[in-house]
Amino acid sequence: MPDRAVPVLDVKGLKTVFRTRGGEIHAVNDVSFHLGKGELLGVVGESGSGKSVSMMSLIGLLPSPPADVRGGSVMLNGRDLLKISEDELRSVRGAKVGFVFQDPMTSLNPVFTLGNQIMEPLIKHMKMPKKAAEARAIELLELVGIPDAKNRLSAYPHQFSGGMRQRVMIAIALACDPDVLIADEPTTALDVTIQAQILELVKELRQKLGMAIIWITHDLGVIAGIADRVMVMYGGQVVEQAPVRELFANPQHPYTRALLKTIPAISGPREARLKVIEGQPPIMTAAPTACPFRDRCEYRFDTCDRVNPPRRAVDGAPVGQGHDVACHWSAPALAALSEVAHA
Amino acid sequence: MLTFTLRRLLLAIPTLLAISLVIFLLVDLAPGSPMSEIPLTVPPDVRQRMIEALGADQPVIVRYVLWLRQFFWVEPATLFDGWFGTTWAEGEQRILSWQSRSPVFTIIGQRLPQTLTVIGTAYLVGILIALPIGIYSAYRQYSLFDQGGTLFAMIGFSVPTFFSGTLFIIIFAVWLGWFPTKYDTQLVVNDWDSFIKQIQQMALPVMTLGLANAAAISRYMRSSMLDNMGMDYVRTARAKGLSERTVVLKHVLRNSLIPVVTVIALGIPAIFGGAIITENLFGVNGIGAALIGAIHANDIPMVQTLAFIFAVLIVLFNLIADVLYGLLDPRIRYD
Ligand SMILES: Nc1ncnc2c1ncn2[C@@H]1O[C@H](COP(=O)(O)OP(=O)(O)OP(=O)(O)O)[C@@H](O)[C@H]1O
Ligand code: SF4
Ligand SMILES: [Mg+2]
Repeated sequence: MPDRAVPVLDVKGLKTVFRTRGGEIHAVNDVSFHLGKGELLGVVGESGSGKSVSMMSLIGLLPSPPADVRGGSVMLNGRDLLKISEDELRSVRGAKVGFVFQDPMTSLNPVFTLGNQIMEPLIKHMKMPKKAAEARAIELLELVGIPDAKNRLSAYPHQFSGGMRQRVMIAIALACDPDVLIADEPTTALDVTIQAQILELVKELRQKLGMAIIWITHDLGVIAGIADRVMVMYGGQVVEQAPVRELFANPQHPYTRALLKTIPAISGPREARLKVIEGQPPIMTAAPTACPFRDRCEYRFDTCDRVNPPRRAVDGAPVGQGHDVACHWSAPALAALSEVAHA
Repeated sequence: MLTFTLRRLLLAIPTLLAISLVIFLLVDLAPGSPMSEIPLTVPPDVRQRMIEALGADQPVIVRYVLWLRQFFWVEPATLFDGWFGTTWAEGEQRILSWQSRSPVFTIIGQRLPQTLTVIGTAYLVGILIALPIGIYSAYRQYSLFDQGGTLFAMIGFSVPTFFSGTLFIIIFAVWLGWFPTKYDTQLVVNDWDSFIKQIQQMALPVMTLGLANAAAISRYMRSSMLDNMGMDYVRTARAKGLSERTVVLKHVLRNSLIPVVTVIALGIPAIFGGAIITENLFGVNGIGAALIGAIHANDIPMVQTLAFIFAVLIVLFNLIADVLYGLLDPRIRYD
């Protein structure tokens, strides 16, 4: 196993605001996390919780305006990505950090061949001559499990299925041997069997290449199968963070608990299997001054309305290193209350 | 693609035949007589003989079939003879203008070059101005440049050419004296000086029409770019670390050009049709002027032939636009 103690990526106090006509939207508030070498960090949270925006903020992928990355630091191998020039940032994107997006049907340019699109980052970042880039492109396609790779270079995206296109997207993201691969719900748009295949592929690639991965998903089931550590997001904040086993065994935040209940059980009638969390996620029009989850929380009490809970350690390790949670309730009390509530 | 093109070409034949009949009948049934220009002092029997000599006394359907034969056989054969010295069309009656008694195609042959140089250049200039404006406007949406482009397009759209043309004449010909007010059709370009003269006399009509063309095309380009700018594949291109230049000028532009190229191709027949007002304003003796003259003189064969050529070009360039679309967009497969 690679040395997880040395973080490849260390994010502190990330803040992203959208300036829209209707006012500001504080999509990411004070998000901090780190990613060890070869580690797979799962990021979960429902739609609108700020998963994509946080990860795109890291490498300047958000269009600005309206997006404004206001603060924090993003240290990648000791360099702060928020402080470097746009040019330097471009030499990081696609080279040191690869990105795979949710929808493979629209993420590839329809008018260029797959070969052209895979070779682009190779020519740009690694200054490969065309011949070498072509050879590498074939290698990459083989790596992501596309048969007959040599002849597929001249194919266009529309000639490929969704699952195949996502493999191509992964090949592009991995082209320059990145330190970090960010996969933003890469399997959500695919059907279940294809999803499983892509998951298998990523596990295998991780073994082979040893890059660190951030895997964004709605699906805790997926996370359980592949992540080392999990970060739960809500309302643009990290509400809980823990090693994967610990999180499933000992969830602290009321939101995490609710999420865990939404994992469909294997048996029982379909409707009953899938529980939903009541209520809507908040739209943050200002920096939060109270717990963002309070409107949906069954444990809410007066402090929750006055103070936005900071992250605090659950298991004694420093915040971010072990298990931490951002909730005013202390765990034993929460557990007790939850038992009463569900008795 | 080839079978598609062939199928479309075959399909164009009945379409064009139907169009030719409609044009022929419409022009023929319009009120007015070719003889209205002949003075009333000409005796009736002479008048009758003149009409017979023109073939204007025949029933309309006879004249239609005759005209079809002339258009599709005699005229191409004449052209062929002219090139290769053959005698296919010898002794055949060509389509004659009632006004000048000379073959319609000879007149077109004289007029077309003027139209093509002036209007064609204006179209080209319009495109060359419009594309960068459209691209940059979209890239910097709502910027000062974009708003300037919008104003430019609005002016180009809404100011009629007889106004902008007159304005240009006043400013550039009368006040500044840079360019002549009139286009000299007799000018022969054979040396540097005459070339400069030609450029100078083309400047005003080209500016007038180019403005109108650029306005429309720049809007197309802009909106097509904007449509593509928000697409997921653009984000992918940025995530690869490509420069903005490559993202915009390769990924976005290549997609955005597809509909714009189609629109440009569809606009080409209008070049051949000439620009009646602009040609008149600057005295460019082109097709537009020929058409207006023929309409005034009730020169039915001339009007019919010009209108039909126009129809052929429209059908042809529609096909060309479709083929181009298929070539530019790999997702389109016609077969
Ligand atoms: N372009 C934008 N303009 C304004 N607000 C935006 C924009 N993009 C995102 N947001 C806001 O940022 C918040 C977080 O969005 P984000 O896309 O990160 O959610 P997510 O967790 O990735 O959700 P999903 O699971 O649906 O992908 C949303 O609530 C949204 O209101
Ligand atoms: S801080 Fe309060 S409202 Fe927020 S999750 Fe904890 S208990 Fe619920
Ligand atoms: Mg998202």
